[in-house]
Amino acid sequence: MARYIVRRILWGILMLILVAALTFMIFYLLPGADPAVLRAGRDASPTEVAYIRKELGLSAPIYTQFWNYMKAILLHFNFGYSFYSQQSVLSLIKDRLPATLSLTVGAVVLWSLVGIPIGIISGVLRARPLQSRTRNRMAGVLVVAALIPLGLLLVSANWAKVTGGIWVLAAIVVGVTLLTKKGTFMERSTMGGALAFVSMPTFWLGFIVLLLFASDIGKFPILPGSSTYVGITVSPWHWFTALILPWFVLAATQAAIYSRLIRGNLLEVLGEDYIRTARAKGLPERTVIWKHGVRSAITPVVTVIGIDIAALLGGAVLTETVFGIQGIGLLNYNAISDSDLPIVQGTVLLAAMFIIVLNIIVDISYAWLDPRVTYT
Amino acid sequence: MSEQLLRVEDLRVSFATDDGVVRAVDGISYEVAAGKTIGIVGESGSGKSVSSLTTLGLTRSRTTTIEGRIMFDGKDLLALDEDDMRKIRGNDISMIFQDPLSSLHPFYKVGAQLMEAVLTHRKVSKKKARARSIELLELVGIPDPERRVDNYPHQFSGGMRQRAMIAMALANEPKLLFADEPTTALDVTVQAQILALLEDLQKRMGMSIVIITHDLGVVAEIADDIAVMYAGRIVERAPSREIFDSPQHPYTWGLLRSIPRLDLPREDELTPIPGRPPSLILRPSGCFFHPRCPYVQEEHKRIDPRLEPVPGSSAHEVACLLAPEVRNELWRGLGAGDPQEHLVRLAAGAGATLSAARSGDGEPAK
Repeated sequence: MARYIVRRILWGILMLILVAALTFMIFYLLPGADPAVLRAGRDASPTEVAYIRKELGLSAPIYTQFWNYMKAILLHFNFGYSFYSQQSVLSLIKDRLPATLSLTVGAVVLWSLVGIPIGIISGVLRARPLQSRTRNRMAGVLVVAALIPLGLLLVSANWAKVTGGIWVLAAIVVGVTLLTKKGTFMERSTMGGALAFVSMPTFWLGFIVLLLFASDIGKFPILPGSSTYVGITVSPWHWFTALILPWFVLAATQAAIYSRLIRGNLLEVLGEDYIRTARAKGLPERTVIWKHGVRSAITPVVTVIGIDIAALLGGAVLTETVFGIQGIGLLNYNAISDSDLPIVQGTVLLAAMFIIVLNIIVDISYAWLDPRVTYT
Repeated sequence: MSEQLLRVEDLRVSFATDDGVVRAVDGISYEVAAGKTIGIVGESGSGKSVSSLTTLGLTRSRTTTIEGRIMFDGKDLLALDEDDMRKIRGNDISMIFQDPLSSLHPFYKVGAQLMEAVLTHRKVSKKKARARSIELLELVGIPDPERRVDNYPHQFSGGMRQRAMIAMALANEPKLLFADEPTTALDVTVQAQILALLEDLQKRMGMSIVIITHDLGVVAEIADDIAVMYAGRIVERAPSREIFDSPQHPYTWGLLRSIPRLDLPREDELTPIPGRPPSLILRPSGCFFHPRCPYVQEEHKRIDPRLEPVPGSSAHEVACLLAPEVRNELWRGLGAGDPQEHLVRLAAGAGATLSAARSGDGEPAK
């Protein structure tokens, strides 16, 4: 196993070098603004532009530039300086990474906590419709679960904003009625809702929630709007409330995807022979579903989560743009518009590194989850 | 009647599907005495697995209709609620399945799965449960059990996996064991070992076995009584010996004659039963077997035969409209190699079929 990890890491490093070279090439091959011109600003004389170009080392042949670049990284861990602001790329990334991390971690937690249980419940209901005793218990849980955020919302909002509260109450009533209906109806509605969320573009959903809930432009101004993000060290409360809407937007689509994914897996697993054996052993149904069913169904979800986390850590550009969060995604996007190659290189390499590392972690965790998998 | 451990009375199980109602089990009755083995034989789709799954309550669902009674230990299992059934499953009644690789959870060690079987029904410490697991593995003949108990199912060979499944089923010393095609997925030599193991364990523990299979060779070894199922019904039932010595139902003849035999000349062809098992949604009229029976007569397409005792034998029953003397003659003729046309003519002869008016007491009217 150790040999496997070392091998993967070595391949990973090779991959990163390849990615750096590719980014270099794409940058020079694609029609974009000349960074020297951008840096020089309007009405710059050709001499000034030529001077700046030489300063930035852009007049050297491309392979020399690449060689200098790799040398700086490998020997000095220096990722270069922004063409635009001369800030060190590394410091820029360090500044913006916490925001992206906060966004990613919160979204992942939220969509896992919401999507996975919904998927499991939906799968279980399909396979074995509820007994009425369980149904009533679940209705009770749902009411309590819905009342807590309602309480939080009311606390943070104006008491006068009753309209928002009525809307939430209506949602609870609908939810409870759905629960008391036949199992298949609830299952169909949750999966239908999931489908709706999967189909929504993130930025569209982002704007919608802003228009509904942002304190500056929303119909029910109960949450901070865009560009209100602050670091957790500055003010934990503001950090948290500013991220609620972006978390919701990111989690909504993903939770839907995950719930459908795990529901499908679980239904498949529940048809397997070893589930029949578990029941024949006299195990309680709850144990059969969780210890035997979910345990098997969850392994593909682990793979998908790893990839999704890696993708998000590279920067959720759309969400960051809509909500004005100064994260890696926005950094990357602005750098591309400014033809600021060093920053683009830095963020791309960062994203690639996340993906490689997370893939290794996911593969290793697979061996841990499934004893049939071995690596040499 | 006194010590019948299990008595299935007129069991009917049907599933409502989009294509119609599937009558998987259509009125079967059988009994198992303590310490005895009954073999239920039939093709795929004959309903044999469904009847045993139903005994354990594993077919209950919104779309299933179950009627009849299953008396076990003085209780009607069909009337018990889920919690009570769970106390019986894996405890008083156990079941082993066909493919031990897919029937054991791939992610948990074998020992852990065995311990689970114990801990579900007995309040003992984990240590005791583990010791019991090792004991059970030894009981079923798995070498080096202390090490094997920490292996995963994929690290066992096919035969050993089946032994492990048997160990798991026996964890709580059940009174009754259902074995659903336990040897079908195994090599022939391993088959023999597993059957010998089951026989040995039965003697030691005094448990009853219901063995379900399509392989008459398997039941010849191990069963005291045999019930032949077709299209959800039992068409013939007798002590093991009599099924092989004087089978009465054309379907049974077909099964017996499709077994490859070492003692017959190689050139002899197997005589398979033509056709396929009938749909359990739209079953044939009259005798269910009539579309595939070489000796079918006009009345057989209209009259549905019931299980009737065979004259001259106390425990032998068959559901066939041909007269007993004709059946004996046909079987003799088959064994002697008489030409098929001769046999068919025999069946068409006057008086070959018992007349339509049959009263409930089984007296053939003439």
